[in-house]
Amino acid sequence: MTTTTVAPAEAPTPAAPPATRPVPERIRIGGLGPDLVLHVGVALSGAISLAWLLYERMLPTSGTIGFWIFAYALFLILLVAASSTTLDRLGVIDRLVGALVATAGLVMVSALVGIVVFTFVHGKDALAHTNFFKDTMAYSGPDAALDQGGIYAAMVGTLEQVAISVVVSVPLGLATAVYLSEVRGRLARVVRVVVQAMTAVPTIVAGLFIYSLVILQLGHGRSGLAAALALSVSMVPVVITTAEVVLRLVPNGLREASLALGTTQWQTVWRVVLPTARPGLVTAVLLGVARIIGETSPVLLVAGSTNELNYDPRHGPQLSLPLFVFNGLRTPIDVAITRAFGAGVVLLALVVLFFALARIIGGRTPGRLSRRQQRRLARRLGAPT
Amino acid sequence: MSAETPPTLELVRPVPQRRSLSSRPTTSDRVFVSGSRLAAIATLLIMGLIGYFLTVGAWPALEQQGWQFFTEKQWLPETGQYGIAGLLEGTVLVGVIALIVAVPVSFGAALFISEYAPPALKRPLVTLVDLMAAVPAVIYAIWALIFLQAQLLSVAQWLSVHLGGALPFLTVKTPDSPSSYTSSAFIAGVAVGFVIMPTITSIMREVFSQAPVGEREGAIALGATKWGMIRAVVLPFGRAGIIGGIMLGLGRALGETIVVYALISPIFDWTTHPLESGTNTIAAHIASRYSESNGNAFAGLLAAGMVLFAFTLVINTAAGIVVSRSRSGAATEI
Repeated sequence: MTTTTVAPAEAPTPAAPPATRPVPERIRIGGLGPDLVLHVGVALSGAISLAWLLYERMLPTSGTIGFWIFAYALFLILLVAASSTTLDRLGVIDRLVGALVATAGLVMVSALVGIVVFTFVHGKDALAHTNFFKDTMAYSGPDAALDQGGIYAAMVGTLEQVAISVVVSVPLGLATAVYLSEVRGRLARVVRVVVQAMTAVPTIVAGLFIYSLVILQLGHGRSGLAAALALSVSMVPVVITTAEVVLRLVPNGLREASLALGTTQWQTVWRVVLPTARPGLVTAVLLGVARIIGETSPVLLVAGSTNELNYDPRHGPQLSLPLFVFNGLRTPIDVAITRAFGAGVVLLALVVLFFALARIIGGRTPGRLSRRQQRRLARRLGAPT
Repeated sequence: MSAETPPTLELVRPVPQRRSLSSRPTTSDRVFVSGSRLAAIATLLIMGLIGYFLTVGAWPALEQQGWQFFTEKQWLPETGQYGIAGLLEGTVLVGVIALIVAVPVSFGAALFISEYAPPALKRPLVTLVDLMAAVPAVIYAIWALIFLQAQLLSVAQWLSVHLGGALPFLTVKTPDSPSSYTSSAFIAGVAVGFVIMPTITSIMREVFSQAPVGEREGAIALGATKWGMIRAVVLPFGRAGIIGGIMLGLGRALGETIVVYALISPIFDWTTHPLESGTNTIAAHIASRYSESNGNAFAGLLAAGMVLFAFTLVINTAAGIVVSRSRSGAATEI
C-alpha cells in the first residue's frame, strides 16, 4: 500500500530534468529508412552505369541477359559497399539477404506478369476480329487469315466438358467430404488415405485410365464425354480435400448447439453445417473448375481431334480451348500461333474469372454473413431494418 | 415424533428409469449416413478402377519384358525391345533441373511475402501466387516455346562454351550452332521450373507465416536483425515445410506433360548432356505415343504410366507426412 502512494507523490517533484533529457527517437524496425533508399539508389544507378561501361564497352561481351546478370552482380557488390559505410557486419548481411529475397519476389511477380502480358500481346490481333469468337476452323486451314475461322467450337467444347465434369464430380466430391468430416469412422480413414493418393494421380495417367476404360474396354470412341470423365478424375480429389478443410472450419459449438436442440444428424448437417460452410464450398468447386478448365493432357488422349463444331458431347470428337492452344503451338505457322495465343487469352480470362469469383465468395470465414445476408436474416426475424 | 413421519412420500415418488444414452438413428439419418457412405465408396471405387485398369492393362508388357522393362532404354515394341530406363532418367533429370530453377526463387519469394513485404502488399501477392498456380500448363507451354526458348539458347551456349571445359557434361557436339541447344532437357526443365514455382512458394509461405509471433518478437527484442530473426525462428520452424514443399514440387514436375511434350525432341537414351537437344520423359512419351500404340505397345505405355504414378504417389505421401509432422505446418493443406 505504501509503495503505491509514494509513486504518485514523487511524480511532480522533478522539475528540471525533462528539459535537458534528450527525447528518445522512435526506433524503426521496418519500412523504408532514408539511408536504405539512398544506399539502394546509389547501388542501382552505379551498377547499371558501371555494367554498361564495362560489359558493353570495355569487355568483349554484349547481350541482354548477360548484361542484366552482370549488372545484378555489380548491384549486390555496390550495395554491400554502400551499406558498410553505416552498418556493421550483421547489418550488411541483413541488407544483402533482403536484396536477394526481394529479387526473388520480383522474379516471381514478373514471371506471372510476363506470361500474361506476352500471351495478350501475341493474341490481341486474333481477338480484334469478331469472327474469332463466332466461327470455327472447319472451313479454313491453319494458314487462313485472321478474319476467317475462330474458336467457337473450342469454346462450346470447353463449356460442355467442364459442365459435365462439374455435374459428375461436385455431388460426389461434396458428399464424400461430408462423409469424411461429419460421419467419420474407420472407413473414413481409409477413404482419406485413398483421396490423398488420388491427388497424386498425374493427369496424363487419368487420361490413360479413361482411354483404356471408355475407349478400349467399352468401345465408345473418342468424345467430349470421355474428356469430361478424365477431367472429373482430376477434379474430384481437389473438391474433396478443399471441401473437407472448409467443413472442418465450421465451429463444433454450432454442431453441438444444434444437436442439443434435439435435431437429427441429417438436420444438423443440412441446416447448420452446410449453410455455414457455403461460401467455402462454393470456393472449393470454383477452384476445382479453375484447375481443370485448362487441363490439356487428359483431353489430348480421349477427346480426339477435329475442327468441326460438335454440340453433342456423347458422340464424336470434340475440340476444347486447351486443345486448340496446343494444336496451334504444334503448327509452325505464324497465323496459327497467333490464334493459339488468342485462345490462350480467352482461357486465361476464364481462369481469372473463376478464381476471382472464388476469392470474392470464399473470402469470408465460415459463419460470417455478407451485408445482404444480414439484411435478409433481420427481415426474416422481424427486426426493424 | 419419529413415528409421525409420512411414509406416503416414499411411495409417490416414481422410481427413476435408467435412460439409454444411445439413440436409435431416425430414418432420415440412416438415409444420410448411407448416402454419404455410398459417395465415399464410389470415390474408393474410382481409385480402385484406376489401379485395376493400370495393373491389368500393364501386365502383358511387364510379363513379356520382366526386369528388362526397367533396364532397357529403347522403345521398339514391334521388335519386343522396349523399356523405361531412358524415360525414367529423363523424367528425373527434367524434374531435378526444374527444382534447381524453382527452389531458390520460390524460397526467396515465400520469405519475401511472409517476412519482407509491406502489409498492404501481402494479400495481393498471395493472390498473385495462387493465380500463377492456376494458369493452365498449356499457357506456360506456348510461352516457353515462343519466348523462353529463344532467351535460354544464349544462356545454354554461354554455359556450354565457358563452363564446358571444367564440367564436361555441359558440352554439346556442335557448340557453334544454336540449333544444337534447342529442345533440350535444360530448356524443358527451366520451363517446368516456372510451372512448379507457385506450388512450392505457396506451401513454404504458409509454413513460414505460421512461425510463432512470440518467438519472433523475442528474437527482435534480443537485438536480432531481420535475417537473424528469420534464421533463428522462421527457418527452424519451417524446415519441414521447406522439405515438403520441395517434394510436392518434384511430384508435380515429374507428372508435367504438356510443357515437356511441347518443348523436347524425343530420344531414347540416357540424357547425359542436359544442354544438348533431345531428351524424354514418361509423361511426354505417353502423350506422343498413345495413338499409334496397340497391344503390347499400349500395355508398355500403361506400365510406364503406372511407374510414374508410383513415383508421384511415394513423393506426395512422403511430403504429406513431412509437412504434417512439422510443428509449424500443422494446419498446412496441400
